[in-house]
Amino acid sequence: MNEMLRFDRRAFLVGAAAASGGFSLGFSTTGAAAADATPEVNAWVVVKPNDTVVIRIARSEMGQGSLTGLAQMVAEELECDWSKVTWEYPTPGQNTARKRIWGNYNSTGSQSIRQSQDYVRKGGAAAREMLIQAAANTWKVPAAECSAANSIITHQKSGRKTSFGKVAAAAAKLEPPKDVVLKDPKDWKLIGKGVKRLDTYDKLIGKQIYSIDLRLPGMLIATIKDCPVNGGKLTSFDADKVKGMRGVKAVLRVSDSSVAVVADTFWNAKTALDALPMVWDMGENAKVSSASIADMLKEGLSAEQTYIGNRQGDAAGAIAGAAKKVEAVYSFPYQHHVTMEPMNATARYTPEKCEVWCPTQNGEGALAAVAEASGLPVSQCDVYKVHLGGGFGRRGRTDYVTQAVRIAKQMPGTPVKLIWTREEDMAHCAYHPVTQCKLTAGLDADGKITGLQMRISGQSILASLLPQALQNGMDPIVFQGLTPSSPEGHLGYDIPNLLIDHAMRNTHILAGFWRGVNLNQNALYLESFIDELAKEAGQDPLEFRRKMLKPKHRAVLDAAAAKANYGNAPKGIFQGVAQIMGYGSYVAAVADVSVSDGGQLKIHRIVGATDCGYAVNPAQIERQIAGSFVYGLSASLYGEITIKDGAVEQQNLDSYTLMRIDEMPRVESVIVPSGGFWGGVGEPTIAVAAPAVLNGIARATGKRIRDMPLVKHSLKNT
Amino acid sequence: MARLTVNGKSYTADVDPDTPLLWVLRDSLGLTGTKYGCGVAQCGACTVHIDGEAMRSCSIPVNMAEGKKVTTIEGLAVKGVLTKVQKAWLDNEVPQCGYCQSGMIMAVTALLKEKPQPTDADIDATLTNICRCGTYQQVREAIHAAAKA
Repeated sequence: MNEMLRFDRRAFLVGAAAASGGFSLGFSTTGAAAADATPEVNAWVVVKPNDTVVIRIARSEMGQGSLTGLAQMVAEELECDWSKVTWEYPTPGQNTARKRIWGNYNSTGSQSIRQSQDYVRKGGAAAREMLIQAAANTWKVPAAECSAANSIITHQKSGRKTSFGKVAAAAAKLEPPKDVVLKDPKDWKLIGKGVKRLDTYDKLIGKQIYSIDLRLPGMLIATIKDCPVNGGKLTSFDADKVKGMRGVKAVLRVSDSSVAVVADTFWNAKTALDALPMVWDMGENAKVSSASIADMLKEGLSAEQTYIGNRQGDAAGAIAGAAKKVEAVYSFPYQHHVTMEPMNATARYTPEKCEVWCPTQNGEGALAAVAEASGLPVSQCDVYKVHLGGGFGRRGRTDYVTQAVRIAKQMPGTPVKLIWTREEDMAHCAYHPVTQCKLTAGLDADGKITGLQMRISGQSILASLLPQALQNGMDPIVFQGLTPSSPEGHLGYDIPNLLIDHAMRNTHILAGFWRGVNLNQNALYLESFIDELAKEAGQDPLEFRRKMLKPKHRAVLDAAAAKANYGNAPKGIFQGVAQIMGYGSYVAAVADVSVSDGGQLKIHRIVGATDCGYAVNPAQIERQIAGSFVYGLSASLYGEITIKDGAVEQQNLDSYTLMRIDEMPRVESVIVPSGGFWGGVGEPTIAVAAPAVLNGIARATGKRIRDMPLVKHSLKNT
Repeated sequence: MARLTVNGKSYTADVDPDTPLLWVLRDSLGLTGTKYGCGVAQCGACTVHIDGEAMRSCSIPVNMAEGKKVTTIEGLAVKGVLTKVQKAWLDNEVPQCGYCQSGMIMAVTALLKEKPQPTDADIDATLTNICRCGTYQQVREAIHAAAKA
């Protein structure tokens, strides 16, 4: 087995080295640490003779900090010196060759930490046991008499000491232990600490290599245009018109709807592509507009056939017999991810091998895409993940990987870096899905909810991207945060009569996973409407919620309210609250807002609270809370993709506004990990930002905004 | 043929004179620390200094930068010694994905030169760079930390 490991190690080095000096340079302070023949102790841990610890990270780092959190978890059990820790990505191809020894590579759904915590900690613990055993063998003493701390192994009886680096080569030859015991959380020294990220320095000096920065010898650069209307075709293009232009090497059809220009530089490729005459057949979808989509969704609000996500008691009956009936209709638009780094991938194809360097959140999916597009077996393909300039769910898709391979396959031996323009990126996303929601509730004479109906009408992400994952036609992800019982995220309110259902209405516009996914609009619909009900019941929105909330949901809301000093806001400032559960975590927010007579909104502060079970790195969790609020608020204030003649209207960041620092509220985080479960961090808090702000606006102005984004509405005092 | 002075070094690049400075830096000179985000001077990821002034290199034709001193993110730290802005970014752990931070650091460096003790209002009025990870709170804290350093 050890021979096999060493062989794999070499295979990895060959892959990395084949990428040439440029690639190695990109990893000079990180991955290159293992660029020697040091054998691994196990799949997760390499210890070099100088005691440097290289921890293997399967999930992608895109800013969320899970790279550091995962390394903390391995190091916790390994008992290594944290200051000696560095990291590297094993490739998806290696994972396949080694029977998925690194498990799932997906970095979506806030899963990187919580879904791999068990096996990465075991990986660290197993490596520690092997290192201790190797030292014990040298000393000819029982391993049970030895212990490890801070990369030093000590034999207690004799006081002898050695370092991990000195015994790593011997440890690598040992059989791994069959079972290991993980530490009790109360004994954690590194998990729970806000240690500094492992990947900051190079980002400050322009040295961090992102995928778009990759340079290979002889590399050419391509840029692409796909049909503006999804489903349309590229009838023809006139390559001869641009072939003589500066730097142009090739004009290539990439699919039945797309064409790329390959040139020596991006600018020359783009200039030629802009000049390339193209004839499109926009197809039937060109008849679709935002208005026609809205009409279709509106019809779904009263449709008879639906998928039921949560049903308890008799909601219709309870509402019909209620003292008071309340109804409201909300809507949520398409939104774009806008990763700061546009889509890109570099591919090199030969009849023997196809390699791709790309910023993917989905390494194994990218590998499958490479194999399919190249026509080569998976064993002859590999994917080298390069730091991502943002992900937000967009890079779970592999469309840009497929395109890069199709281009490179037409130029065997030449590495080609495909870079999308921002315009191409705006036009060809899988957008946050569009939905509308009708909420109906009955209140009894005491202002208690007797029944609640929530009808969601709109698009299914699974129907767009993963139709094979639909369950008897139903998309269960539509009901994020609203299900009866789920460790992933269930409804926090005890409401006796309930009906939450979905009228699926799909369009040709692709719907995709967008940070927070369906939790965002579900929380906005539910938590806005709960505030509307509190108002109708004449009750304080916090107290109204507390009476109905399950204990963990209530506890996190209470934590946010306490931090926000709820109920004691200064004059002119109004507080809005919201809570939800998603990605395994309980979250809540309190927003302090003011609205001037002229309608100027100011979000002074948002307190965000999360109970994520265990908090691996509180400093990074705080940043995820603040960052998720920016993402959520930017979308609530401005985010809307509109459709005209079947195509996306917004073309670049001058027509798709994003929040800047001047609108950033102060964010205060409250991390209340109650233990016993592992919740996600990157996404859940995004969902409470918008409803907390909308609820604050409603209290400040009396105006209830039900149609996003906010920029469409005047908050002027009229 | 464009002649440029970047980070104190002289370069020539065989490009059309209207090629944006950004792409000359990235593709011709290999200085990839300066990032492409939008190409229409909105996001600021491509911010560099031209004669000390923060400019969006995606929208500056290379011929307009000839004869001037261009500084990129690679030219800030001298012999590995971080500037006070970079140091504040490190101490406050500002970057998440980090893609926008080259431009952010260049913009803030220029801001502090103009206003060594900026108020929050100065920051709001000057700093229009976009960060999608949402590091604005850390950016603000780091600017104040750098101003005090």
